[in-house]
Amino acid sequence: MINLYEVTETNQMVEKENLDVRTITLGISLLDCIDSDLDRLCGKIYNKIYDAAKDLVSTGEEISKEIGIPIVNKRISVTPIAMIGGAACRTVEDFAKIAKTLDEVATKVGVNFIGGYSALVSKGMTPADELLIRSIPLALSTTGRVCSSVNLGSTRTGINMDAVKLMGEIIKETAEYTKEDDSLGCAKLVVFCNAPDDNPFMAGAFHGVTEADKIINVGVSGPGVVKTALEQVRGESFEVLCETIKKTAFKVTRVGQLVAKEASARLKVPFGIVDLSLAPTPAIGDSVADILCEIGLEYAGAPGTTAALALLNDQVKKGGVMASSYVGGLSGAFIPVSEDQGMIDAVQAGALTLEKLEAMTCVCSVGLDMIAIPGDTKATTISGIIADEMAIGMVNQKTTAVRVIPVVGKGVGEMVEFGGLLGYAPIMPVNPFGCDAFVNRGGRIPAPIHSFKN
Amino acid sequence: MKKTIITVVGKDTVGIIAKVCTYLAENQINILDISQTIVQGFFNMMMIVDTSSCPKSFGDMADEMKAVGEEIGVVIKCQKEEIFDMMHRI
Repeated sequence: MINLYEVTETNQMVEKENLDVRTITLGISLLDCIDSDLDRLCGKIYNKIYDAAKDLVSTGEEISKEIGIPIVNKRISVTPIAMIGGAACRTVEDFAKIAKTLDEVATKVGVNFIGGYSALVSKGMTPADELLIRSIPLALSTTGRVCSSVNLGSTRTGINMDAVKLMGEIIKETAEYTKEDDSLGCAKLVVFCNAPDDNPFMAGAFHGVTEADKIINVGVSGPGVVKTALEQVRGESFEVLCETIKKTAFKVTRVGQLVAKEASARLKVPFGIVDLSLAPTPAIGDSVADILCEIGLEYAGAPGTTAALALLNDQVKKGGVMASSYVGGLSGAFIPVSEDQGMIDAVQAGALTLEKLEAMTCVCSVGLDMIAIPGDTKATTISGIIADEMAIGMVNQKTTAVRVIPVVGKGVGEMVEFGGLLGYAPIMPVNPFGCDAFVNRGGRIPAPIHSFKN
Repeated sequence: MKKTIITVVGKDTVGIIAKVCTYLAENQINILDISQTIVQGFFNMMMIVDTSSCPKSFGDMADEMKAVGEEIGVVIKCQKEEIFDMMHRI
């Protein structure tokens, strides 16, 4: 039978170490809503999402109360809107109208984000894909809860450099459209290489076409729990360190598995996956960078950081895989800057640069995340940063992403405040040398040789 | 059987167990196991109870237990057993 020690350990994780379930994300397919009439399309989208998600928030709260673990966010992901709106939308305003519909229904059912204002263009763009991409600045500046993502490359298809170039411009434009709010729109926009179909985390969540009509995906968190566990093994060998991370990751992921199964049963929606990510928040003690420091670094970014992160990421997966019947999404350690107090401190101390972050993305779960850069950074430079990150993903057969915020009117060293879970960040310097001729070539980068596994 | 874990943490005082048990008896909740320690003057108790015959919903019971705790200055939490089973048993 359960004993007092075990109960105390679990409750300590929740009360002192910020253990929580970061999100229950309900994936909803909108393929059956497609219509050539825009108003009818928006009506169908609203109704389908409302019917599927009306009990999502209350169910999440009920489960949270019964097991005593906070479930921080309840969210929705939908089929990439470029596919859904293609038949009905002729202008960017038409697409933005769908975004408004998503925003309205998200507000109505009480979720804080809805993802899937997306296009998958890893090899080429349809006219609808391009139109949706061009509508992103308008859509994100006229809605509050809609998140957008674009898949620009994959190991199988190579990198669509035309789309990379376009996204550099779109990110700049989105920053300009939302300049009153420190260019907040860019915090809701992410570009991917090898984007997963079942990711529950924002801003990159969308409901892939390979998925069922509806699905429950759960993202767990718990950097604070790992950090506290590692405090007990200071000075011990890597073997002990790795075992400790694995055991802790196992326990954290079990919570996600339980929540996912319960939510799935109560909402009568199949269980998809548990994303066993270490997702930080700006709260003190909920930081991935603090884990790196606990492993033995003075600051995140110091020599040894990439190795420490590689070890952490791998052990989290090894511990988590056995804890859940289905693992998916992004799974690993996230390294956003603005959402992690330890990362912010490292940037301010001068320990962490954009280049080091890029190296870290080779071994972390995703990529360059929530990084504020000067507002006068050129669009081609942003495209260059994106291309580098996509290349890392393509060659290493992993998911990579870029979510940078060129903050209009601000320069290196100034602070930006996004608020809530998005946190705050010091603006980081970007390499000042140009890459215009490279980005302007046009076309696509072919898939790497090791993609031909047929 | 629907097992719930009740934890009581707070400054030690007279009548904590009496108060909690009275509430449980009034609501047809059967106690299966109790363990309790005092760490540096702090009262720490865990109960495993069976709530199958309790007429109230889990949410109401948890809220009322919390209120009982507030009356006597301790924190009372009710959680379903599954969460601990999941975390601590393979």
